[in-house]
Amino acid sequence: MTVYQAAPTPEISAISTANFDFWYGDFHALTDVNLNIAKNKITAFIGPSGCGKSTFLRCMNRMNDLIEGTRIEGSMTLDGADIYAEGVDPVDLRRRVGMIFQQPNPFPKSIYENVAFGPRLQGVTSKSDLDDIVEESLKRANLWKEVSNQLSKDGLALSGGQQQRLCIARVLAVQPDVLLMDEPCSAIDPTSVQKVEDLMAELAPEMTIIIVTHNMQQAARISDYTAFFLQEVAGEPATLIEYGQTDALFTSPMDKRTEDYITGRFG
Amino acid sequence: MTSVDRSDAGENQAPRKRELALVSRSTYLKEKGLQYLFFACAFLAVVTVLLIFAFTMMQAAPVFTDIGLANFFSFTWAPTEGQYGIMSLLAGSGLVTVGALVLGVPLGVGTAVYLTEIATDRVRALISPAVDLLAGIPSIIYGFFGMVIIRPVVAELTGGMGFGALTAWLVLAIMIVPTITTLTIDALNSIPMGIREASYAMGATKWQTIYKVVLPAARFGIVDAVVLGMGRAIGETMAVLMVVGNAPVIPESISSPVSTLTSQIALDMSYSSGLHRTALFGMGVVLFIISASLVGIVRLLSKMRKG
Repeated sequence: MTVYQAAPTPEISAISTANFDFWYGDFHALTDVNLNIAKNKITAFIGPSGCGKSTFLRCMNRMNDLIEGTRIEGSMTLDGADIYAEGVDPVDLRRRVGMIFQQPNPFPKSIYENVAFGPRLQGVTSKSDLDDIVEESLKRANLWKEVSNQLSKDGLALSGGQQQRLCIARVLAVQPDVLLMDEPCSAIDPTSVQKVEDLMAELAPEMTIIIVTHNMQQAARISDYTAFFLQEVAGEPATLIEYGQTDALFTSPMDKRTEDYITGRFG
Repeated sequence: MTSVDRSDAGENQAPRKRELALVSRSTYLKEKGLQYLFFACAFLAVVTVLLIFAFTMMQAAPVFTDIGLANFFSFTWAPTEGQYGIMSLLAGSGLVTVGALVLGVPLGVGTAVYLTEIATDRVRALISPAVDLLAGIPSIIYGFFGMVIIRPVVAELTGGMGFGALTAWLVLAIMIVPTITTLTIDALNSIPMGIREASYAMGATKWQTIYKVVLPAARFGIVDAVVLGMGRAIGETMAVLMVVGNAPVIPESISSPVSTLTSQIALDMSYSSGLHRTALFGMGVVLFIISASLVGIVRLLSKMRKG
């Protein structure tokens, strides 16, 4: 299968896959995905529901391991190291590849404890170190001003948009190299969407961000690269159709199916 | 129903008033009747509780007048000598219950954690019904099991007959597992999946996720489970009576005979009369107050967490 690459493969890639296939039990969900994710850039995954873009994203921190009966073929590497090599500790992988979910999911703990969760797991115990990390992370997530005087408040008491930024702060506290965002804006209000998008732009220079989105305007607005996934026939596996620089993909898609999708002819 | 003649309704005329059907008498009566019937069912529960309490209180009234509270709350239980002190029995109930909780809570919560967080579907399908079955076994069977299987082991280990608090702990610990497990499972299942995912995605291991995220999030539900398990342990009569030795004294050790409020009532009720019988009802009131307090605690906790 030909995958149109509208731009040359990014020179430095954070995550690369070759002939990557994925199964949920007997269901073959993804086939033959070959993709190099540019380091310290924002890459958007777009495509209709059920096209496997979230599944593919969740392969990158091995969250699919939590589902019984899933398996992969092909290779996926993070900075050259095989993510699925035998003996690799998914726990260590997930510390380097953070994830933000569609539904904000802070722990039912205080704001402080939410952000301190990751550092504590990694063995940081000093109160002053933790204080610094919590403040720094909340500042980077643009939430500090709103919560600095109520750090002991339950994270679930915040608004949906604030909760999502708290989740981002929680991830930033462990300083991941890669940030996976699975439709991070689809469950929050428009003002908060703006804040999260601004935040992504601020983080990108030092962090590889991959975002799954249903919102093509969002993909066009914020991403450097875009990958279009599609399941053409129901029951058959989905795959990567086109991948390239966002401007090029949206203005002059090389694949007819990409063009049909971004012009709203299906999906 | 009124039929409406539309034939002469011109295009520009306001639509004619169309009557709505009235509720028929029979429908009204049927609805009202059912409403009262269901109310009566629910009300019966309240009335029964009140009647039982009133009856027990009435029977126990002479505790205040003829026995006296000083006698009643003393440590000597010797009905033939006019001594009706329930404190050793109360202490026995407390000892048996606390020990059962110490053993039963980790077992019950551990089972629940295993079933919800760790077990594969196939293992769960095997263990879950077994836990449910534990709840369905009549308590006399537990008592029999305790007397024939557990007691000799305890006797072997501690010397003596094996009748005592330790044997009761082991039997009761198994008996309260279904209560604690079932309620803890409910508490764990009510925690959103997203919170677990967030924990794993942060690089937490399964064990870290369980004890740093899942258990703290379910703590109120688990406290409920423990309190209700406690109620079950305090109220259990037959199984305890069969293994506890029934000596209404402060026990010398955990393996020497002791008696509880419930087992003493069951033992004495058939032959007692006069003030002895009154004292038994007095013990019933004490048990009643303890269970009511436990239910009250659970209610209060659930209110606190909502408010």
